[in-house]
Amino acid sequence: MSDEHEIKITCYDDLQPAPVTMGKSLVFKTGSWRTMKPKIDLEKCKKCGFCWKFCPDMSIYEVDEYPVIDYDYCKGCGICANECPFDAITMLEEDLE
Amino acid sequence: MKHTIPQEEYMERGHMACLGCGGAHAMRYLLKGLGEKTIIALPACCWAVIPGVYPYSCMDIPLQYVAFEVTGAAISGIEAALKAKGKKDGTTVVGWAGDGGTADIGIQALSGAVERGHDVKYVCYDNEAYMNTGIQRSSATPRGAWTTTTPVGSTKAWKQTPKKNIVEIMVAHEIPYTCTASVAYPEDIIRKAVKMKEIEGPCYMQILAPCPTGWKYPPEKTIEIARLATETCIFPIYEVTDGKYKINKRIRDDKKKNIIDYFRTQGRFRKLDETTIQQIQSSVDAEWELLKKKEKCFGEEI
Ligand SMILES: Cc1ncc(C[n+]2csc(CCOP(=O)(O)OP(=O)(O)O)c2C)c(N)n1
Ligand code: SF4
Ligand code: SF4
Ligand code: SF4
Ligand SMILES: [Mg+2]
Repeated sequence: MSDEHEIKITCYDDLQPAPVTMGKSLVFKTGSWRTMKPKIDLEKCKKCGFCWKFCPDMSIYEVDEYPVIDYDYCKGCGICANECPFDAITMLEEDLE
Repeated sequence: MKHTIPQEEYMERGHMACLGCGGAHAMRYLLKGLGEKTIIALPACCWAVIPGVYPYSCMDIPLQYVAFEVTGAAISGIEAALKAKGKKDGTTVVGWAGDGGTADIGIQALSGAVERGHDVKYVCYDNEAYMNTGIQRSSATPRGAWTTTTPVGSTKAWKQTPKKNIVEIMVAHEIPYTCTASVAYPEDIIRKAVKMKEIEGPCYMQILAPCPTGWKYPPEKTIEIARLATETCIFPIYEVTDGKYKINKRIRDDKKKNIIDYFRTQGRFRKLDETTIQQIQSSVDAEWELLKKKEKCFGEEI
């Protein structure tokens, strides 16, 4: 076997596994799964934070105290709209060009 | 914006859970309570897929994949190794498995781990079936539910046996802390996670984590349905600390909803007949009364 094809296994005396570079799941833009798109009406929003709290995809963040949706990752589940006590979020059909 | 739960996230966007997955909520909230010095071992289940494809992961903490049967053994080993190396201090070792991996396949290893008294926290996210392999029934599937192995047709009808009460099985092990929780109550999950972290010894938590894919409901209903499960008392929220029972979500008799309100929200219960619904309602009522008695007899103030 030539040197190039040799697999190097690193072993340490305290038995740590060989170091691997892990990447973050941020490379997966799950927003592409979406068929329905949440839209926040800031006029109606009372800044209660429920939408942020109940988003299973961590796709709501805060700007100037108001919630903002991260459409790169939001899958369009609609939980934020369902849980908003002030009906400030509407689900609209995604523009599927 | 108001924040009633900590803002730190230990889970990233871009994970692979279905839209509206209650299992994603469960992990998000648990980690907010446990914090970054946490190691998780997890077996085959939806959560083995959710973090993403190697070498990418949505988790900001170490994750160890283990075989289906051995979550309890794996966390015992991790805890023992950390202790032997003098590195246990402040690190929380967690086993995280589905209801199938807990109530059926991993129950022996779990029982062994807590009986030996390891300082481990075992968390079951309960979606009431084997979801990752296509919705087969587990022993934690409730009576009356459709699954692909309890099909509803002319000769067969839904799951006939009741949901296995794993929580009471864990209480019977006389461990320091056992509790139920639900994704409808994030503050409660976080408080319980912090409590488990502070206790030295084995703890068990079971989080109700509705699954739109397997329970057959639209994804926006996850939190609403989880809340209904507690308001109808089919999934009560309580904790048992050193043998003392405490109901954390008290449902007043005049506020208690009928089980039909819960069943109606989900396709898996759609074909249930009136007689069976009444039978289930009676057993839910009886279980709830029993729980209240346990709280009274073995509660904080006797
Ligand atoms: C020993 C063994 N048997 C069966 C399987 C196949 N399998 C993988 S995930 C899974 C279902 C897990 O169900 P549960 O623990 O409830 O987690 P969920 O997928 O519902 O989140 C099964 C049967 C396996 N991986 N290993
Ligand atoms: S849940 Fe509704 S009112 Fe509350 S912060 Fe979100 S959009 Fe605003
Ligand atoms: S639709 Fe779902 S994923 Fe998108 S922001 Fe709302 S809760 Fe989050
Ligand atoms: S099948 Fe259910 S538990 Fe599994 S990822 Fe999808 S919603 Fe979550
Ligand atoms: Mg399951």
